[in-house]
Amino acid sequence: MSKQMTGAEMIVEALKDQGVDTIFGYPGGAVLPIYDALFQQDSVQHVLVRHEQGAAHAAEGYARSTGKVGVLLVTSGPGATNAITGLTDALLDSIPLVCLTGQVPTHLIGSDAFQECDTVGITRHCTKHNYLVRSIEDLPRILHEAFYVARSGRPGPVVVDLPKDVQFALGMYQGPLNIQHKTYQPKLKGDADRIREAVAMMAKAKRPVIYSGGGVVNSGPEASKLLRELVALTGFPITSTLMGLGAYPASGENWLGMLGMHGTYEANHTMHDCDLMIAIGSRFDDRITGRLDAFSPGSKKIHIDIDPSSINKTVKVDLGIVGDCAHVLEDMINVWRTEGHKVDDEALAGWWKQIDHWRARKSLAYRASKTTIKPQYAVQRLYELTKDRDTYITTEVGQHQMWAAQHYHFEEPNRWMTSGGLGTMGYGLPAAIGTQMAHPKSLVIDIAGEASILMNMQEMSTAVQYGLPVKIFILNNEYMGMVRQWQELLHGGRYSQSYSNALPDFVKLAEAYGGHGVRCSDPADLDRAILEMINYPGPVIFDCIVDKQENCFPMIPSGKAHNEMILAELSDDAGVAIGSIIDEKGKMLV
Amino acid sequence: MNAIAALSPYSSALGKPNIERHTLSVLVDNEPGVLARVVGLFSGRGYNIESLTVAEVAHGEHLSRITIVTTGTPEVIEQISHQLERIVPIHKVTDLSMQARVIERELAMIKVHGTGEHRSEALRLSEAFRAKVIDATIESFIFELTGSPGKIDDFVELMRPIGLVEVSRTGVAAITRGAKGM
Repeated sequence: MSKQMTGAEMIVEALKDQGVDTIFGYPGGAVLPIYDALFQQDSVQHVLVRHEQGAAHAAEGYARSTGKVGVLLVTSGPGATNAITGLTDALLDSIPLVCLTGQVPTHLIGSDAFQECDTVGITRHCTKHNYLVRSIEDLPRILHEAFYVARSGRPGPVVVDLPKDVQFALGMYQGPLNIQHKTYQPKLKGDADRIREAVAMMAKAKRPVIYSGGGVVNSGPEASKLLRELVALTGFPITSTLMGLGAYPASGENWLGMLGMHGTYEANHTMHDCDLMIAIGSRFDDRITGRLDAFSPGSKKIHIDIDPSSINKTVKVDLGIVGDCAHVLEDMINVWRTEGHKVDDEALAGWWKQIDHWRARKSLAYRASKTTIKPQYAVQRLYELTKDRDTYITTEVGQHQMWAAQHYHFEEPNRWMTSGGLGTMGYGLPAAIGTQMAHPKSLVIDIAGEASILMNMQEMSTAVQYGLPVKIFILNNEYMGMVRQWQELLHGGRYSQSYSNALPDFVKLAEAYGGHGVRCSDPADLDRAILEMINYPGPVIFDCIVDKQENCFPMIPSGKAHNEMILAELSDDAGVAIGSIIDEKGKMLV
Repeated sequence: MNAIAALSPYSSALGKPNIERHTLSVLVDNEPGVLARVVGLFSGRGYNIESLTVAEVAHGEHLSRITIVTTGTPEVIEQISHQLERIVPIHKVTDLSMQARVIERELAMIKVHGTGEHRSEALRLSEAFRAKVIDATIESFIFELTGSPGKIDDFVELMRPIGLVEVSRTGVAAITRGAKGM
């Protein structure tokens, strides 16, 4: 089905053929023909953001909450450069995006024309792949390839740079059929022998742990189902990275909680003392491993990942399996069943006893207060009051993000949108907008900090324009809390530039945008205020005034091992004491 | 104390890191920007490039072959191969140094200035190395020499006291022996 049309029309046609119903963008000179083509159709809805970074994060939120490719459309020059933080964020968290950027006409490329930048040059390092479309003949193929590359293998962002003359040119459009990529064909099935070997190792394990990551969520709902099946089949304990939360339900009895720098005591000790680690779709990030040469020293390690470069990148493993999580998990379960493997029940019972001992430390506990709202308490109440609803959570980056990960419990994948790898403040609100666009009837909450939210506050205007009832739940401690915490731990409590001076009145700000504002500083009033937020039929900014001094624990200090965590009780009185825990080497790390 | 290096994932916790030299052959689609992707990967991830050559090897299919000589620990070399494989327009990455028999060749043009005894000494040595004279004036030669990088290094060092003016080298091209392709 080839048909003659302009480049701009082809772009809209390709979006339809790729099943795209919503895109996020901002117009400008170099994309006017595409906006004109969008104007003349109804299949693809365009959401006008207020800043291109917002478009990128909104597309990420859309992608993460649906499993589909997120799409953004921005103009040349500043449009493209503003999107870069979002593209980098998507690269680090493996989120499939297609970013369409306008470009000056081909004959002006390289002449420093108005709003020209070398978009493919600049984005080469922050995309999975990118294209500059030089002629109309290449356009249909490149558009479909871009979607293929974005969603296949380890997903990621793809930029298609579209010179204005190509948007105007006439050419023959081809649909996505028969587009087979010459070079990029990621392997989905894991090696059968290695899978058998992995299963045999699992059957022999005495102190096993499953450590799952965002790859399980990216692989699709089937992978989460299979992960649960494998856990049920083996009775192994399971922990997960920040990105992997929800793949295994937090209410599941084998759940240890999140691991890593602000993970639970039991998860980190289990990782440290295990004799077999099964890493599934996780990548041994430095937030996870702590000190590398003391990382789980006595264990054999199996690593399942679709990206061969993830295996042996930071931690040497004993058995690497390259493949898609769902495919490999399915094969593992089949082998386990057909070969009639049994776990070492006695050893496993002893292992669980040890784990329960660690659990008894209650590492997420905090000192409750009747006078001030503890941030952990705020997240707990938010969880209790929303857990029976159809809820999606996004976050910004910082202390509030870690408290959300610790105290909000996820039962399903794709419900938790957070900036893990890049740690992008300002991610949460636009991501909530993208999520709400994909799930108009659901409750979408951005758990935020007062500093992060101001980085993309302008997107409140987008929420109001499209009637998106997103809830911004700000844990307001008047500090860039994580910065302040590190300054307390590492820099003698010299709070250099981390106090949020001159904060706006968030209630008035909400009203100024046309939304609703709620403020609460009294623990006794919190439930009522949260319900007011939930029940308001439009966007809400909730200014939750919390304890200003609270730190995020437990914590693996920089340069320390999993079994050297510090807990809240130890840290009670003094930053000075904690400061001395981190040595000079640790201070150099981030 | 070498604090940073001790914490690097690429250095072995036990003893000195074992640095090796490897030659990688990379078959790529000859499209704009592909070389920038490869070079950018090396600079962005802190890998070394000792030499790099690139040329189209199949015009009809627009395939180019990039030959990269790099150094690193075995872990780093393995990472480099895998990271290269992630680049979309790359067809194939082969670590030639892992193959049993590899031929590496480089071409160099070496300009030498000299008169009298120096001039005839340069000519004598060039014959020993089977270098070709491709340009001559009363007081200079340009030699063309093909061989392994080590052989070229040796010749250049011999020319230095005689009157070496400048050297232009292509970098290494490499291929495996025998009937099988990469």
